[in-house]
Formats: sequence, C-alpha cells, structure tokens
Amino acid sequence: MNRTTTAVQINSLKDFLVFMRSELKPKGRILTPFNLISGPIILLGALLILYRFFTGLGSVVHSSSEYPWGIWIGFIVMVGVAFAGGAYVTAFIVYVLRGEKYHSIVRMAVLNGFLAYVFYAGAILLDLGRWWNIANPLIGNRFGVNSVLFLVAWHFLLYMLAQLVEISPAFAEWLGLKKARKFLASLTLGAVIVGITLSTLHQSGLGALFLMAKWKIHPLWYTEFIPLLFFVSSIFAGLAVVIFIGEVSFRVFDKDRIDEEYRASWNDIAIDLGKACAVTMFVYFFLQILVLIHGKHWPLLNTGMGYWYLAELTGLLLLPGFLFSWGVRSGNLAPIRVAAVLTMIGVIINRIDYSIIAYKWYLPLSERYFPTVMEVVITLAIVFTMVWVFRWIVNRVPILKKPPQWAITQEQEEEGLERVVAFGPQLGVTMADGGSSIDREKKQNKVIFR
Amino acid sequence: MGIDRRTFLKGLGTGVALAAPGCFSFPGKLEAAGAAANKEFMGVLVDTTRCVGCRTCEQACAEAHNLTVPDINDASAFDKIRQTSEMQLAVVNSFKTEKGEIFAKKQCMHCNQPGCVAACPVKAMEKREEGPVTWDTNCIGCRYCMVSCPFDIPKFEHHSAVPKLQKCDLCWERLRKGEKPACVEACPAEALAFGARRELIEEANRRIYKNPGEYIPHIYGEHEAGGTGYLYLSSVPFEQLGFRTDLGTTAYPEYTKGFLYSVPVVLLLWPAFLSGISAITKRKDKVRSEEGGKL
Repeated sequence: MNRTTTAVQINSLKDFLVFMRSELKPKGRILTPFNLISGPIILLGALLILYRFFTGLGSVVHSSSEYPWGIWIGFIVMVGVAFAGGAYVTAFIVYVLRGEKYHSIVRMAVLNGFLAYVFYAGAILLDLGRWWNIANPLIGNRFGVNSVLFLVAWHFLLYMLAQLVEISPAFAEWLGLKKARKFLASLTLGAVIVGITLSTLHQSGLGALFLMAKWKIHPLWYTEFIPLLFFVSSIFAGLAVVIFIGEVSFRVFDKDRIDEEYRASWNDIAIDLGKACAVTMFVYFFLQILVLIHGKHWPLLNTGMGYWYLAELTGLLLLPGFLFSWGVRSGNLAPIRVAAVLTMIGVIINRIDYSIIAYKWYLPLSERYFPTVMEVVITLAIVFTMVWVFRWIVNRVPILKKPPQWAITQEQEEEGLERVVAFGPQLGVTMADGGSSIDREKKQNKVIFR
Repeated sequence: MGIDRRTFLKGLGTGVALAAPGCFSFPGKLEAAGAAANKEFMGVLVDTTRCVGCRTCEQACAEAHNLTVPDINDASAFDKIRQTSEMQLAVVNSFKTEKGEIFAKKQCMHCNQPGCVAACPVKAMEKREEGPVTWDTNCIGCRYCMVSCPFDIPKFEHHSAVPKLQKCDLCWERLRKGEKPACVEACPAEALAFGARRELIEEANRRIYKNPGEYIPHIYGEHEAGGTGYLYLSSVPFEQLGFRTDLGTTAYPEYTKGFLYSVPVVLLLWPAFLSGISAITKRKDKVRSEEGGKL
C-alpha cells in the first residue's frame, strides 16, 4: 500500500500507461457517507449542466433582468476566488519571505487555489450566455481594454498558469520526472511573484466590477474603496480556508498520505495563520469604519439593511477576529477553528451581498432574486467535484507528504544550504554528511567565480 | 467601423442632401449630415408635454427590429409601469402627476460615455461616432453591461440557447441608410425629434424659454450620467415620471478609471518590490547559514 513512497520509474509511454492505470483506481473506501451524498449530486449536476447548454440559461437559473448575476457569479466565482486567496498569501510567506516553517502547507494551499480557479472561475463558462465566445477577450475578437472584466479575465488565465507552474514540481515528483522537476522548480519563485501581482489586481478587480453599479448597491456597501476591501478580505478569507482545509485534511486522509512531521507542525502553523487572520481582519474592520465615516451613512444604520450590515460587521468580522486573537494568545486551536468557519461564512455573505442581497435592495421581495433548486444543485456539484479532485490528487501526489528523497536532494543541490530547513528537522539526518560536501562545493564555487 | 462610417456618410450624404428639410422635425434647423461629418452625436428629444400615449412608437420599434409587435390598442398596458425587455426595446408608460396623466417613453438613453461600453470585455457594446450605442455578436454573454448601465436598459434573452442582448440601437441600420429612427418617424404628435445632440439641446432650451410655465427648466439627459443622446422635456419634476434624478453628472466609466489607472502601476511596481523582499530574505538566510550553519 506504500506505492506513493516507492520511486516511480517511467521510461516509456507503456510505463506511463501502466502507472496511470494503477493510479486511477480508487485509493480509499468507496462507500463513505460523503461519497454517498456528493456522488449523486455530482451526477445530477452534470446532467443539469448539459440541459443548461442545450436549452439556455433561463431554463435552469432564476432569470431576471433585475439581477444579471445570481449565485453562479455571486457565490461560485466571487467566493471561490476569495477562498483561493490562501494560495498567494501562503506562497508569499513561504517563497518571498522564506518563512520555511510554513513550507509543509504551501502545496496544500496552492493546490486548493489552483483547483478553486479551475472549477470556480471555470464555472463562468456555465454562466456566460454566449459561452462559445469565451475565448474572444483572449484571442482578440476585440480587446475591451477599458473593461475591468477584461482585466479580470486575463488575470484569471495568467494566474491559473502561474499556479500550475507553482504546483507542477509535485506532479513531476509523482511521475518520477527528475529533469522536468528540476526545470519546473526553478520557475517557482518567478511564478510566485507574478502570481501575487496578478492576485492583487484581480482580487481587487472583482470588487471593481461593482463600481459602475453605483445606485444599485446599498450605500453601506457601495464605496469607491470596494477594490481595496475585496483585496484585504481575500487575505483573511484565503487564510481561514487554509486553516479549514488543513484541519479537515490532517484528519480525513490516511496516515500514509500525510507526513508525520507535517502533521506534528500543523497546530503551530494553524495558530500562526490565525494570528495573520486576526491582524488582517482588524485592518479590514478599521477600513470599513473609515469608509462608513467617509460616506456619512450613519442614519442608514438604523434601517433593515443597516442591521444586516451591523450583524455582519460584528458577528462575522469582529467576533471571529477576537476568536482568532483568543486562540493565538491561549495557544488553543478550538476558537481558531470556530473563527475560521465564521470568517468563511462572513466572506460568503459579503460577496453575495454585492451581487444579490445589497444589489437592488429596494425591490420588493417578490421581485428579488432567489436561486432555483437546479442552480443550487449545480453549485453543490461543482464544489463537490472540486473536493473529489483535491482528494484524488492528495492521495497520489506528494502534497501533504514530503517529496521523494531524490527531489529533496535535487532541491539541496539547487540552492545549497539556504533552503534545507524546508523539509524539517528530518533533513538533519540526511544532511549529516551531505551538508559539509555542499558547503565545500559552495566554497569551491566562490573560488571559481573570483 | 471604418466601413460602417463610410456607408453611413454615403447614405446620409446622398439621401439627406436631397431631402434634408423633410428629414427632420425642425426643417432647416438641423443639418444631420454636417453634424455627422463633424462627429457630433445624434440624439432624440422627447417632449413629454406633447406625447399622447398612442404607443405608435412601440409598434414601429418592434417592426423595425423584427420583434413581436405589441397590440397598441390594449389599454391595460398602462396599468402598471413597464420596463423595457428583450421583447420590447421601447415602452411608453403613463404617470399620474400633479398636472394629470403624462406619458413618457423609455428606451436606451445612448449615453455620451456609456457604462455598458466601458464594461464590455470584448467591445461588443460600442458607442458609434454618430451617437448610437450598439451591440454585436462577438458578445460573450457575461451581462456585465446590465450591471453597469445607470438606466438598467440592456436585456438578455435568458430563455434562448443562442441568446442575444437586446436594447434600443437608435435604429443603427436605418441611420446608415439615411433614415430616422423608426419611433421618431412614426410619432404622430411630434413628441420625438431626431437630430444632432447639440442642436436638440438648443431646441429644448428654446421651448423652455418661449413657453414659460409649460416646462420645468431642466433638460433630462443634458448632464445626467455625463450626458445622454436621448433628451427629455417635462412639465413636472422628473421624479414624477419615474426618472432617476440621483445619477449625478459623472460619466459612468469614470467610476472605474481610478482602478484601471492603478493597474499598470501595480503591474510595474509589485514584482520589483516582491523581488526586492525575496533578495533580502535570501541574503538573510545565506548569512545565517554561513555564520552558524545552524539550521
């Protein structure tokens, strides 16, 4: 059962096919409660998606001219992208700040981010009325360079590629492609820097989409600072999701899919992530208050929408913020878990506010948007499919496991001693003799270069 | 676009030059061909004090765009305020005002700087040099234009597998042939007037000055949302005719301008900044490993 740890040797196409055939088999129990619920929903969702493409958007979604964007944009895309924020934040900590302590979670965060983009941003295809034209902004069947959405579309695509590059060494390790891994790993830092830049712009860009919906969005939510608010909230949204996924992953995956040291260091990491969440959430709260004062919307607080706004601000921003702080101070993970879930709910509601709840808040309930059952089923199907794919990959590719030994050695050769902390104390063992030789190599290099 | 324009000018140049006076509601006042040559936006002036609510314009509009022609004798159409839809690009509504029943036509306002055009990622929405805001089939169906329109005009054919976006195009096809928009031509009450926007504003002001008390001194569309191609005159404040009066005078694309301007700055500075941090942390790691070698 220890297939993932044995080195794979692929020399020919036949080797590859044999290997893939063995890998395609399910690795865990099939009849789990999660599978029994998610399986049928995915099937039903797939059928409904086909139905949607043949009969048009209106046959599946609540089609209303008042609400151009329903939960497919408001939830899947807006929330999915915010939740993928953990990838760029973690990559920033690990690769740019070289917070080697957090190296064990970077692949998990980036994989989640990448899949979130593939599935959630990919869900745009469902929502596009004229989906067959989807490539137009990319191939230049007219470039709408003045459009925020044009920008967002390009950044989606480029960031997806950057994330693919970031995660690709893990797949090369899985397939035993040593040369490819070496090459792909050398691209990581560049991809990370480009990725963070693109993320900054399109996380805020998703907010900027609403800038022209000026009177349609309730004044407590509409501000010229929407892009900034979206960007800052994507930081703690993404980190809360990393905490959530980490908590779940380290529990549900089989022991041989997870490295013991990674598991052991997780609690410590989760608490640090909670700290980062708390800080960014208080910054965000401060920004919200500034915007509120700046907008002079005090009287609106004493209305129905005002109560909704305050409930969100206190229950889904301040409360989790304090819970995070409490957990960090006491070194207790329990409040951090609760805070992570509350934060995620808060971000979901915040994003849905902009396209649905605070959007045309003045309409009577009968004219408001409510998702249809079919819309919800397809949404769930997409989320579940993403979870299935995530699980499939973690069960095969070294995401929560240490890379194979050859990859670690390769890494050491690449960067000398600088990055050895990356793979934890265990490396001390392998470095006992190897470290000095690398040191020697470095000194020799110096001599040569001088 | 170049061909469009050439065709348009040719059409106007020949057609209009021959029958210029009859072509416009104010004979001799408006020279559309010249206006178009100077790239002036064309527009329509709606005088709601003249509108009799006959809905002939609705009928003409549907015929010109191959849509279901509404039954204009059906009085129940005025029972509630109707919005434009993918089936009906222009609607006439009846409003109970302080001066009794007043009718007002609603359709795309053809903004000078349209939010929908700035929103479109593929330039399917286009502000033509002659004034109309038109839609093209390279549209991807994202419906961002619907979100961004201050007047909530673009409508999407949700129930079609090959949906189009529907909105008034100021009869772009007819304009290119040198004809007036169908609604203007059909109007029996001279409530609609087609011409160069600048001259329409002059005419509107003239009517306001010459008939004191008959109009409120405001031309809706002169400055709203940065100015629109459709202009309205009214005898009662525009709120009473269902118009939004809180749009401000800022053109809608301005709202995203700040963000879009910041993009190249971030694209330029962010990577440099991040690379800088990376270089510093790399050096710190190196120094640490060289000094103690302790990991």
